[in-house]
Amino acid sequence: MRITVNGTPREVSARPDTPLLWVLRDELGMTGTKFGCGAGLCGACTVQVNGVAQRSCQMALGDVGSAQITTIEGIGTPEKLSVLQTVWVEHQVAQCGYCQSGQIMQAAALLATTPRPTDTEIDDAMSGNLCRCGTYPRIRAAIHDAAQRLQKV
Amino acid sequence: MSRLGTITRRSFLVVSAAVAGGVAFGYYKYQQDPANPLTAAAGETVFNPWVIVRADGVTVITPRAEMGQGIHTTLAALVAEEMDLNWDQVRAEHGPASSAYANLAVAGAGLPFADYRDSRMKTLAHEAMDVMGKFIGAEATGGSTSTVDAFTRMRKAGAAARAVLVQAAAARLKTDASKLHTEGGAVIAPEGTRIPYADLATDAAKLTPPADPVLKDPKAWKLLGTSLPRLDMVAKVTGTAGFGIDTRLPGMLFASVRATPRLGGTMQSFDATEAKAMPGVKAVVDLGDAVAVAATNTWIAFKALETLKITWGPAPYPETTDAIFAEIAKAFDGAPNSTLRDDGDVYKAVAATKPIRAEYRVPYLAHATMEPMNATALFADGTLTIWAPNQAPTVVRDKCAEAVGIAADKVTVHTTFLGGGFGRRAEFDYAVQAAKLAKALPGTPVLLTWTREEDMRHDFYRPGAIARMEGAADASGPTAFKAAIAVPSVYANQAKRILGMAPPGPDKIAVEGAFDQPYAIPNYRVSGHISPVAVPVGSWRSVGNSHNAFFHECFLDELAHAAGLDPVQMRLKLMATESPVSAKVVAAVAEMSGWGSPLPAGHARGLAFTYSFGTPTAEVIEISQSAAGIKLEKMWIAQDMGQALDPRNIEAQMISGAIYGLSAAMMGEITFSKGEVEQANFNDYDALRMQQMPVFETRILQNGAHLSGVGEPATPPAAPALANAIFALTGKRLRELPLNNAVTFA
Ligand code: FES
Ligand code: FES
Repeated sequence: MRITVNGTPREVSARPDTPLLWVLRDELGMTGTKFGCGAGLCGACTVQVNGVAQRSCQMALGDVGSAQITTIEGIGTPEKLSVLQTVWVEHQVAQCGYCQSGQIMQAAALLATTPRPTDTEIDDAMSGNLCRCGTYPRIRAAIHDAAQRLQKV
Repeated sequence: MSRLGTITRRSFLVVSAAVAGGVAFGYYKYQQDPANPLTAAAGETVFNPWVIVRADGVTVITPRAEMGQGIHTTLAALVAEEMDLNWDQVRAEHGPASSAYANLAVAGAGLPFADYRDSRMKTLAHEAMDVMGKFIGAEATGGSTSTVDAFTRMRKAGAAARAVLVQAAAARLKTDASKLHTEGGAVIAPEGTRIPYADLATDAAKLTPPADPVLKDPKAWKLLGTSLPRLDMVAKVTGTAGFGIDTRLPGMLFASVRATPRLGGTMQSFDATEAKAMPGVKAVVDLGDAVAVAATNTWIAFKALETLKITWGPAPYPETTDAIFAEIAKAFDGAPNSTLRDDGDVYKAVAATKPIRAEYRVPYLAHATMEPMNATALFADGTLTIWAPNQAPTVVRDKCAEAVGIAADKVTVHTTFLGGGFGRRAEFDYAVQAAKLAKALPGTPVLLTWTREEDMRHDFYRPGAIARMEGAADASGPTAFKAAIAVPSVYANQAKRILGMAPPGPDKIAVEGAFDQPYAIPNYRVSGHISPVAVPVGSWRSVGNSHNAFFHECFLDELAHAAGLDPVQMRLKLMATESPVSAKVVAAVAEMSGWGSPLPAGHARGLAFTYSFGTPTAEVIEISQSAAGIKLEKMWIAQDMGQALDPRNIEAQMISGAIYGLSAAMMGEITFSKGEVEQANFNDYDALRMQQMPVFETRILQNGAHLSGVGEPATPPAAPALANAIFALTGKRLRELPLNNAVTFA
């Protein structure tokens, strides 16, 4: 089966009912996308499917088809951070960091559709992304900051 | 029994019995530093167990678990400061499991003294425990001790490395060392000649470093005391930080495990016919008390486990929550294990008045780290390599060695980043499972990942606890305060697991957060009753403080209310002589929150204070009644850790600790039915989400005499502050957690 991840076509051999999460992590070795609950409850596995934030633990490989999958590895690298990642660094958001790939992918999808989100819009978009370290206040501040910066670009 | 076990048996006796004798015992021998476990690779020079000079900078070994608290950054800064490095020249690595990195402070933290009273006795005892810590050799992260333990040692390591680098430069320049200074990772001569450390490293390593190098005056600090960009931040926002679960090795298999849901019970039999026939399943392995499936991906392993038919033995504890708590309550019938506070005559004082009596209760709690338990293992040629997100690498090493029947020196432990720890990863169960599985698959690396459900149901839980409180107060303040706390012993549980035996003596952890609070109440007694209930329990962020602060601070609020006293003024008076540092923290939070000033209708405030891990912390929360339920509006936290090494990171820990405490207080509860934990995932064991966040305001104070920890102390006051606010809002005194059993939150 062939899927497109971060713009690159990839050949994968997992069964069609395998959740995309495990295809990314175990077959393709793309470990930036995290396993937290396997049940759509925590958001750690969030990726974008055609730009929309989705839980990769809830999406079967067979349903991916020709959709464009974007993972955390696809939005920036340590050498070339995206605006959102730069802001995340400036706000020193991450603690353990385990939830952060999912938080950033969710936030990026939010800003793509809602360039100047209100607190309530941020809450609505981010409420499915659990952070056991409690980095929420800095996530919120970082999203507001990123929104401003992206508008100036 | 492992080497670790036999040695510590004696040292633990010291804790409970003769402390002074402990100083003599082994003191001389263990004053010597253990051998340096680092060996230099090509192009590197190793100075001591903490400093490696490389061509492009300096790598600092930061041997504490990075589980979110930013410890790698702070520990690296200790060395970098003394070496006069620029921050961009610094890298951090966790380093190998070694007794060279033993946490000396964590052992001292177990001593049965109230921390805020700095007595001669305590100092002596701490010195003894420092030696014992080295003796035990446990490299561990916990008890908010990492910075305390490293504060002098790692600065000295940096200063010693700097000293020999300067000496080497002096020899090369044929000048006197006193004429040289250091800056930006180089030695600089008066006329401006600049020799980078990397050029001097080989020469310098041949010199004998000073045994007691002079440390910088804190006034000259450039890095310490400032907010540094965390060394792990870029990796953590790009998905490139290596957590345990991200370990990838050529030819590796992916596995998962099912252990008995009746914790501590047996596995009687299992049928794996169906699992074995599944495509992608490579092995089904009997681990004795659990079954593991290794497959070509983790999901296949999860699916295969679901097909197993396993017969489990009974649980070694009562089957239901109610029966478990009935068992815990029985501990009140026996003599107390400890009465670590017994000021005045509480019985007489209580008899002389009409006392207030109340019973409080808290549930078992899971840690629910974001990264589920996992470990990777490779067993080959009689050696074992483990990659594990863990808080105690030397314990992991020894326990895995024991499990596969090889010597500890044949085991290498790599400590990865931890996707949360909170005390859960001070255990070693997941690593031992991976080790046993790897032994059955020699030559094949295998990553064992638990499902969230396995993680939720196989924790070492924060124990459930009950407190029976009695007290009285008049216009002068509380006149009597008596707390009896019944709780299973975390200390004994962990000691049994790690050492094979539970030391006798008073269990400080069972009563911490209650017996050691800085209040001058004339008749004041706190006793601990240890329950033998066999549900596995362990350290949960702030440990005993997590429940005792709730009991203590809510009951103090009850007394204040009964006597018509203001909770802030009452505390300030009780603390004035006991702990002026604590009083300043309470005064700060009162000022920040506008305590006493009028609030809009339907709003209320609550206050709580806890002195834990040497760090007095006060919190005020403001809540309101909304149509959807009680809403958290704003939270103020004031904390005094003596010396703030990295303010922005400390602020993160203060807020993180409070949120962790609030989540548990509002909705955290592990219950049992048929001997099994009923919760499974984040649907029935959730935590606060972004939309529930109050606005936070923090203040760091630095009046304390010593540097103290910040990872845990903000957790204990959160629950009582909230419960006290709910009383102020609704008149309902909630004495049981979680609070959402009694009220609705927005
Ligand atoms: S792992 Fe997918 S939502 Fe939690
Ligand atoms: S940063 Fe640790 S779970 Fe979010």
